[in-house]
Amino acid sequence: MITFIDNATVITLADVDPNRSVLDYLREDAGKTGTKEGCASGDCGACTAVTATVDEGALAYQAINTCITPVGHLHGRQLISVEDLAENGVLHPVQQAMVKAHASQCGFCTPGFVMSLFALWKGDEAPSRHTVIDALGGNLCRCTGYRPIIDAAVAACRARGEDSFSRGEARTVAVLEQIASDPRDVHLAGEGRQYLAPRNLDELLSILQAQPEARLVAGATDLQLEITQQLRQLDLLVYTGHVAELKIMEEADGCLHIGAAVTYAEAQPVLCHHFPDLEELLARLGSRQIRNQGTLGGNVGTASPIGDIPPFLLATGAHLQLRSSSGSRELPIAEFFLDYRRTALRPGECIERILVPLPEQEELLRAYKISKRLDDDISALCGVFNLCIRDGTVTRARVAFGGMAAIPARAPACERSLRGQPWTLETAIAAGGALAQDFQPIDDLRASAAYRLEAAAGLLQRLFYDTVDSDIGPVRVTRYA
Amino acid sequence: MRRLPRHEGPGEAPITGDALGTSRAHESAEKHVSGTATYVDDQVAPASTLHAYVGLSNVAHGRLLSLDLDAVRAAPGVVRVVTREDIPGHADIGPVFPGDPLLVGIGEEVSFHGQVLFAVAATSYAAARRAARLARADIEALPAILDIAEGLAAQVFVRPSHTQQRGDAAQAIAAAPHTLRGEFRIGGQEQMYLEGQVSLAVPQEDGGMLVYSSTQHPTEGQKLVADVLGVPMNRITFDTRRMGGAFGGKETHANQWACLAALLAHHTRRAVKLRLARAEDFIATGKRHHFLSQYRVGFGDSGELQGLDISLAGGCGMSPDLSDAIVDRAMFHVDNAYCLPQAHVVGHRVKTHTVSNTAFRGFGGPQGMLAIEHILDNIARHLGADPLDVRKRNLYRDQLGFDTTHYGQRIEQHILPGLIDRLEKNADYRSRREAISVYNRSSPVMRKGLALTPVKFGISFTVQTLNQAGALVHVYTDGSVQLNHGGTEMGQGLYTKVAQIVASELQIDLARIQCTATRTDKVPNTSPTAASAGSDLNGMAARNAARTIRKRLTTLAAQHYAVAEDDVQFSNNTVSIGDHRLSFTELVQLAYRQRVSLSATGFYRTPKIHYDRDRARGRPFFYYANGAAVSEVLVDTLTGEYRVTRVDICHDVGQSLNPALDLGQIEGGFIQGMGWLTTEELVWDDAGKLMTIGPASYKIPAIGDTPAVFNVELLPDSPNTEATIFHSKAVGEPPLMLAISVYCALRDAAASLADYRMSPPLNAPATPERVLGACRSAREFIA
Repeated sequence: MITFIDNATVITLADVDPNRSVLDYLREDAGKTGTKEGCASGDCGACTAVTATVDEGALAYQAINTCITPVGHLHGRQLISVEDLAENGVLHPVQQAMVKAHASQCGFCTPGFVMSLFALWKGDEAPSRHTVIDALGGNLCRCTGYRPIIDAAVAACRARGEDSFSRGEARTVAVLEQIASDPRDVHLAGEGRQYLAPRNLDELLSILQAQPEARLVAGATDLQLEITQQLRQLDLLVYTGHVAELKIMEEADGCLHIGAAVTYAEAQPVLCHHFPDLEELLARLGSRQIRNQGTLGGNVGTASPIGDIPPFLLATGAHLQLRSSSGSRELPIAEFFLDYRRTALRPGECIERILVPLPEQEELLRAYKISKRLDDDISALCGVFNLCIRDGTVTRARVAFGGMAAIPARAPACERSLRGQPWTLETAIAAGGALAQDFQPIDDLRASAAYRLEAAAGLLQRLFYDTVDSDIGPVRVTRYA
Repeated sequence: MRRLPRHEGPGEAPITGDALGTSRAHESAEKHVSGTATYVDDQVAPASTLHAYVGLSNVAHGRLLSLDLDAVRAAPGVVRVVTREDIPGHADIGPVFPGDPLLVGIGEEVSFHGQVLFAVAATSYAAARRAARLARADIEALPAILDIAEGLAAQVFVRPSHTQQRGDAAQAIAAAPHTLRGEFRIGGQEQMYLEGQVSLAVPQEDGGMLVYSSTQHPTEGQKLVADVLGVPMNRITFDTRRMGGAFGGKETHANQWACLAALLAHHTRRAVKLRLARAEDFIATGKRHHFLSQYRVGFGDSGELQGLDISLAGGCGMSPDLSDAIVDRAMFHVDNAYCLPQAHVVGHRVKTHTVSNTAFRGFGGPQGMLAIEHILDNIARHLGADPLDVRKRNLYRDQLGFDTTHYGQRIEQHILPGLIDRLEKNADYRSRREAISVYNRSSPVMRKGLALTPVKFGISFTVQTLNQAGALVHVYTDGSVQLNHGGTEMGQGLYTKVAQIVASELQIDLARIQCTATRTDKVPNTSPTAASAGSDLNGMAARNAARTIRKRLTTLAAQHYAVAEDDVQFSNNTVSIGDHRLSFTELVQLAYRQRVSLSATGFYRTPKIHYDRDRARGRPFFYYANGAAVSEVLVDTLTGEYRVTRVDICHDVGQSLNPALDLGQIEGGFIQGMGWLTTEELVWDDAGKLMTIGPASYKIPAIGDTPAVFNVELLPDSPNTEATIFHSKAVGEPPLMLAISVYCALRDAAASLADYRMSPPLNAPATPERVLGACRSAREFIA
């Protein structure tokens, strides 16, 4: 059984096919057709709804893509969809702002925008153009060109106030806390398929030991596509999001320990604190909805050649702590990726933590992502550079790329051509040239092999300009309005 | 008699200002934001409704030898499967010319990867989709032509080529002081409406069918469903309340899904809904035509065009669909805003074994215009001139010999010279050009580019018959009005504008008017909502309907109170009749009691237009819409990444019916055009399978791509000199082509690497990869 609040009504579900999405629940089971399906892959935001969870006694609101969220993930949350915002026929302030700004045309993407905007309105970010774009980057509109939507968002967030959700907050929090304290199993069984949500690592490991064929599901931002796009039917899903040990984030032994089920959104402030240059990479990783759901462990575990976190982990020399019921082991991240979507994970084993060494004094970390579209796009390539420069000489260089090979990988020849050299443009150009020894990239729909090599080499030159004092201004288009 | 509804008397519900010409909100805005606007998939469906899906070919070209559907039929939830043999009537749904089989029959030709072979109806959407994948099709593979150049070389066309000619271009080019030749490719574009293709067919008596369809052309859907089912059109009704975007992609390419839903509904006697998932929507429906243009141009020392010989080859895919008219429109717009004194323009309709390409905002016009803008940049670099100066030198102007197009239409309203001057000044073009040159000289990595390009777009369907529209207006005894017309609402605000027109005609508050779904049983024999002509045509038809009712009310009031008809005035929800004043509702109730009809149809046909295609001469367009844009970009010359940093637009909508909606069309059209020319890249594999099949891999602009500085102005004080509704101008398509300025600005930035001495080759879309290639060409030129 799972329990959640649908707007203001407590809902329990037990015998539902766990492969169903929150969108299926809304449109087909609850008869709420305001939420739309645009792509069923988490790439357009038309299906955006908001979930609220309790964070330090108050409600925290997050926009999610309902099309790729398994219905079981609703357990312990309040689900708010577009129909819920208006109160007694009076539109919510974010809805009013959208109408006033002429921010809808065909209207099909609009409910998704309204919900992303509602989540933004519920937060406390200053209503700047930048925060608006960050919050709405995962919502596509084909009609308006976005300008009126940006205007509506800025205007709405300048006038935050009460709404039915803030007035009902105490009750909602009480109900959600009651759900959280219910000791019964979180479990769905329907159509012969099961969904389990263990609350601690031992439970999780014993499930994996007994049923090694179980599919671990974290944010589901990748896994649910197997259901919506490939039409697979997954018989046993085990959700990691309630496992307390997988949600930790702490510093110990010179490392940042990040639990495998920590979401991008949760890790973002800590990672950016230690590695300020990650801010852009994380802002361009998926969309706000994806970052709210997707996890670092998931990004590593799916072993996609184009995941954006693995190059960062490779460049920092991170380790993975793996757990099974027979024990724990640590593996350098580079040894984890075996081949295209194949990892060193054994049956019954899961990623427990990611251990990222904290940066040293002279360490310069730069993370560059190249994609056709700047926001919410899969990388054509992603390069992360970790240099130590002492007295103008490169004393240490770790260079890692995604998108250049079947797995995310270091670039040893490039690193060799950097190490011990004076940090000059010539060195950077030579190091860029050395990438041809490291990689034989593929041609695909994102870029040609030739472009990948040429642009990757260009990134070495960018790295040079980006790490030396110069008056030529920023060398990334993303640093310009 | 039952009591008539209550009314407030004179001055009831004081009107909130004349609706026409003001920025009223979209009639569905509140429904959009609250999730209560109903799309086809949201329709409350009959209890026994089945869900349909389609099975597609996995071969680009071949012959269907056999189709094993046993596993499909046996799959859980499956109720019925249909193949070619199950079609009682016509099996070809080609909208103008044959060539589009509804389903491919055994022994018939498979013409693209993704062509529909069969359809299945099941008890759930998921069951239907899963079942559809269980078929085994045996297709004998045949050689496939996948590339436009290959098709052009082999002279494989879906329709005959067409030529427009003025003077002797070859001679003019030979005599010109300067000549250039070149070749240029423009990619296609997926419409990527957020609401995918969907239809719900509900069986009716006498073999009839009620079809809720997301379509721009309900009448064509009605005709084709009637054809497919083998029943008269009067048994079929199409209902289209709104679409979640269309952009041309639901003009003819909505038909197949409606027909298949109807076919399955016919066989099962149950309601059937067919909604394409995004991947199949990408794979099985047509896109904007990609083009290959090859040209020779001769010009004078100051860049004045003297002769142009150009071949425009449109990649049509496997069938004619609308390609004849689309390539024609490319030819009509290869002049864009410039006089071509001697021209030879050939348009080819190249056949390839890919999905049949179809309408997309601009309808071939953008491809023709981009070709000439590309050429003008090349001329400017060749001469070392600012491209803007070369553009201005060639503009049509009010001067003999410079005011007539290569197809013989005289330009009667010369908007662009003044509009461009205004924009050049307001956007600070010259001083920014100077500042950018200075910046670029000292910037090793980042380069800026700037371009101003105009748009002149012909308004009217080039197929003359389509330039007609009908409307139906009912006034009820409570003074409320129901409005219906043949145009469809796809987000452009057509319903709002037409309601404003009717409100203004009857001088009543906009809130009294209910827009109702476009239905073939209310207004018959309609044209598609396309060619930007929705408001022009339907606005006039609705005005004529409202005018008829107003005339009847006027006559009645004059007779009843014994005053002259001139003394009857409608204003502010009130009618003054000599010294008497009645509320609109009171007059309506009087009319009802006096047995005066309160319902009227309206009709409109566009005057003046004609085109003799055999001679390639005429006046195909009622008028032209105009605009211009200045775009500034920043390019990273190490990676080819770029950003559009500032855009200034001045656009001519005549006298605006609704400035806010017009602004929305301009901004939205611009961004959509920017997507076409920058990040939206369609990629097929070597077997003709589309690889970019959803927003994960096909990148339309996101919110962050909106230029931080985006100044858009409606050209003030410029009413249409033609007698259009309110002297407004169409606005749907023209702004898309303003985005050509982005493409030209990217090329300008790359040209800076060659000191502007050449314009590097840059095919569209200008993805970062292609921009980096352009940077490389420019560097190699100077090296």
